[in-house]
Amino acid sequence: MVRHFDSELQDLRDGLMAMAGQVEEMIDLSQAAVSEGSSGKAEEVKAMDRLVDEQELKLDQACIDLLALRSPIATDLRLIASSLKIIPEIERIGDHCCNIARRVPYIHPPILAGDALERLAGETRGMVRQAVDAFVNGNAELAREVIAADDKVDVLYVQIYKDLLRIMLADPLCIERASNLIIVIKNWERIADQATNIAEEVLFILEGVNVKHPYLHQPEG
Amino acid sequence: MPITDHQEQKPVKLRARNLDFSYGDKKVLDGISMDIFAEQATAIIGPSGCGKSTFLKCFNRIHEVSSEVRVAGDLEIDGVDIFRGGIHEVELRRRVGMVFQKPNPFPKSIYENVVFGPKLFGVRDRDILDGIAEESLRKAALWDEVKDRLKESAMSMSGGQQQRLCIARALAVNPEVLLMDEPCSALDPIATAKIEELIFELKKEFTVLMVTHNMQQAARVSDYTAFFWLGRLIEMGPTERIFTNPRDRMTEDYISGRFG
Repeated sequence: MVRHFDSELQDLRDGLMAMAGQVEEMIDLSQAAVSEGSSGKAEEVKAMDRLVDEQELKLDQACIDLLALRSPIATDLRLIASSLKIIPEIERIGDHCCNIARRVPYIHPPILAGDALERLAGETRGMVRQAVDAFVNGNAELAREVIAADDKVDVLYVQIYKDLLRIMLADPLCIERASNLIIVIKNWERIADQATNIAEEVLFILEGVNVKHPYLHQPEG
Repeated sequence: MPITDHQEQKPVKLRARNLDFSYGDKKVLDGISMDIFAEQATAIIGPSGCGKSTFLKCFNRIHEVSSEVRVAGDLEIDGVDIFRGGIHEVELRRRVGMVFQKPNPFPKSIYENVVFGPKLFGVRDRDILDGIAEESLRKAALWDEVKDRLKESAMSMSGGQQQRLCIARALAVNPEVLLMDEPCSALDPIATAKIEELIFELKKEFTVLMVTHNMQQAARVSDYTAFFWLGRLIEMGPTERIFTNPRDRMTEDYISGRFG
């Protein structure tokens, strides 16, 4: 029975990896759609979201079945409980990619100088990749790096946001593109948050310690 | 030092320090140091033959019926040494009651089973015995089921009722500690649920130390869980920690069924 249970747990891990792989592809396509102004790639992103949603339902059910039928404890319990939280995080990343893809028709020609937008997307994409790698390889160090990287993304987001405000103030003709770009960067920033949440769950699986809301663990005063 | 972490400050009711126990040449317990907290349920888990039942029995010195036994180390109740502290074994067994794996009522009436202990301790007054019988049966969640047939034979009861009768019998002598050696292993799920609910109630008033092979039972009922392996205490801690984040790999493997 244990061998059977182990193979079911492996199926869950594999399913999560496949779902994460799907959204990583969506991230790449969204990034390309934004930089190239490609409506074709934007449409591809939106089409892929259905698969992610289907995987979410399937994996949710697998977790519920494992809880009901296997009475998991210790590491098994943490894996399943955290998977139930990681699955919607991955699904939300897919939704954010769709949100980004929907803005593609309204952000060209480009109004931002430099490569800040690409850097934001690159950093975010790197965080998602690392969070997934940390889950797959059971790498706590990598998970911690993801959590630490979120601040960098936040700084980049604020910097681009301010640039866009300046552009809008300087040229009202840019307001539509800039406001759509604000939606784009907000979605990148949210994806980075989701990667952070996944990394926090990975640490819970590996170490049994809840690292969310660190301020709550510090003495008051 | 005992391997444990406290979740709340309850006084230590039972204490073992470097307890060794041998049957002839066979060492059954090897240097057990452990604190059992008052008014808490502590579950001992571990594979068959790991010494958990032996450990339980040491606390009311049932092992002394065998001459092959050698015991070293200290066992205390409320800080008083169980072996050398001058507590008479009959008094110790009144304070530390025991419930066994299979229900073992005497072939007497339900009433006589419950008042057997108090009578042995010299209580003769009928009203007092009646009061003890009712109180003990109520505490064992059995009163409502048997109040109209106290004179019937205990052997006519169901297995689950017999086990609760044995608990009532143990409670009748006003114990402080209840030792339970797999108390539900012979019972169906409904009777098991009743005993588990009962343990939950009893631990408010008594210190419960139980051996179980049922992981979910340990998780449901106990405040602390101790894992024994080959006569050694591998890990003890608050039950929720042991079952979500055990510190020792052996504990993890055992509770998740991957042992061996």
